[in-house]
Amino acid sequence: MRERVRVTGPPRRRAPTTHRSGTREIDAGTELGRVYMESLLGEQLRLALRILGLLAATVGILPLAFHLVPGLAEVRLGPMPLSWLLLGFLVYPWMLTLGWLYIRRSEANERDFATLVEEVER
Amino acid sequence: MSTEVVPGFVAVVLVTVATLAIGTWGLRFSRTTSDFFVASRTVRPGLNASAIGGEYLSAASFLGVAGLVLTFGADMLWYPVGWTAGYLVLLVLVAAPLRRSGAYTLPDFAEARLGSRGVRALCSVLVVAIGWLYLLPQFQGAGLTLQAAIDAPTWVGPLVVAAVVLINVGSGGMRSITFVQAFQYWLKLTALLLPACVLLAVWAGDGAPNPTMGAGAGADYWSLPLGEGGAQGLYVTYSLIVATFLGTMGLPHVVVRFYTNPDGRAARRTTLVVLALLGAFYLLPPVYGALGRIYATDLATAGSDALVLELPRLMVDGILGEVLTGLVTAGAFAAFLSTSSGLSIAVAGVLSQDVTGRRFGTHRLSGIAAFRAGAVIAVVVPAWVSIAAPDVGVARTVGLAFAVAASTFCPLLLLGIWWRGLTAAGAIAGLVVGGVGSGLAVGWTLVTSETTGWVAVLLGQPAAWSVPAALATMVLVSRATRSRVPTHAGRFMVRLHTPESVDLQRT
Repeated sequence: MRERVRVTGPPRRRAPTTHRSGTREIDAGTELGRVYMESLLGEQLRLALRILGLLAATVGILPLAFHLVPGLAEVRLGPMPLSWLLLGFLVYPWMLTLGWLYIRRSEANERDFATLVEEVER
Repeated sequence: MSTEVVPGFVAVVLVTVATLAIGTWGLRFSRTTSDFFVASRTVRPGLNASAIGGEYLSAASFLGVAGLVLTFGADMLWYPVGWTAGYLVLLVLVAAPLRRSGAYTLPDFAEARLGSRGVRALCSVLVVAIGWLYLLPQFQGAGLTLQAAIDAPTWVGPLVVAAVVLINVGSGGMRSITFVQAFQYWLKLTALLLPACVLLAVWAGDGAPNPTMGAGAGADYWSLPLGEGGAQGLYVTYSLIVATFLGTMGLPHVVVRFYTNPDGRAARRTTLVVLALLGAFYLLPPVYGALGRIYATDLATAGSDALVLELPRLMVDGILGEVLTGLVTAGAFAAFLSTSSGLSIAVAGVLSQDVTGRRFGTHRLSGIAAFRAGAVIAVVVPAWVSIAAPDVGVARTVGLAFAVAASTFCPLLLLGIWWRGLTAAGAIAGLVVGGVGSGLAVGWTLVTSETTGWVAVLLGQPAAWSVPAALATMVLVSRATRSRVPTHAGRFMVRLHTPESVDLQRT
């Protein structure tokens, strides 16, 4: 593709960042670096499990609910059966909301992590 | 040629020409091997999400769901829900780390994570197996659609789809296919949305009869979102949920798309857009199913797969009905083309790395030549099988491909990304248990027609037991071989989870 690329040199006035100890700890595989990584990993995994838990508790529970309470199949909102309203329509915006929540929180976690490892150097 | 077949014929020709034209146009951007495999990793979220949607919405989504809903009712809504939820699971557990792993294909990921050629070889075999299991029904469906639309013999469909896919994939690789797929998502959405609007207007003009009341027998089972037969029905529904929620992340053509994102953040955004696009699309097939309950009741027992193709003509007379029929035929044909292209790319990528790219004697194919040779093998084998054995059930095979993917790649990805302790021995043991377990179930289901009793239920929908079995095997064997955790596992985990903005050594 013909795309104009601007070629620039490195910024002239740049604070000397030779000592990035937070990232260095991770690169060197020290105990401290390991703690940093474990904290990010744990945070992200807990977030993922929370979102999946929400999905299971709202959507995943439906077959069981309809199995235990057969009367639910006859519940209607207006002309539409409840099951159709839930599985045919509402479930999609709900999953989109969950995805959006996840992205917001996971990116916040990553920002916190970035600040943490870069702050150590000062 | 009778006038009945004109709209279908025009539609198929137009879709084919448009697909080839866009593919050729995209060719101008394909230069390097990296373009061929992963579009040089520069595809933006909006375009990439459309491409993923286009590739993912197969014949099963376009034709199958509406027919299943018509015949069986609300429990079939779990298919579209599960196919969408699969992306939510993929988003929260896999998307960004998978992109940051920097691997081209699933076998690449496995080898990089576990440092084992054995795991790599096993993964390659599984990618090809799942890819072919999924390609087979696409080719068959194309045969059936062309038969219904233009009275062609069943071997014409597979042949046309295979030829178009080969031309596009072989000439431009991933770069040009990305544009084709994105175009086909919007084509499929339009092809289902416009006729649905017209049909709903006709339905409202008829006094909006309620499809869940009166018409046909068994109105209550039709609104029960659960399989029939008490505990067995509950098992089938939950097993379907496991297979679709977890299987998506293991489908080779889905995973390969994630490597085309620029970075982990973009991979997440892409997935969110995919969730929105799929959600919008999946609102439509149930509408056809519900309308079919009023206007096409006799299709419920015979040939419900043709519901989407037949309904416009049944509800609207004259030229408008013909035009709408042409539109849905175009959408269905686009569904076969795009899903087949995506799968062929994934399978060709793996074959070219592990089979056709190898040295034969003193001769060795270059990167792009190997990719083309891989594409030929990837397409010709399933196309030939679908012509030779055209009677394997379409919707079933797709469901089984999900079950196999969920039982093999899902545990591998989950543990590989989130658990440092995974060893090569553990991964191989788990892949074998999951692959053999679900594979035997697939084989059994394809050769018998028995559908009652617990054995048939457990084998017909294996995910609920085969996924936990594979996961447990991986964990237990990894524990037993704890001393052989790869030494670079810690470093690799750092790379998977660290945001790109943090300045680390990434080697």
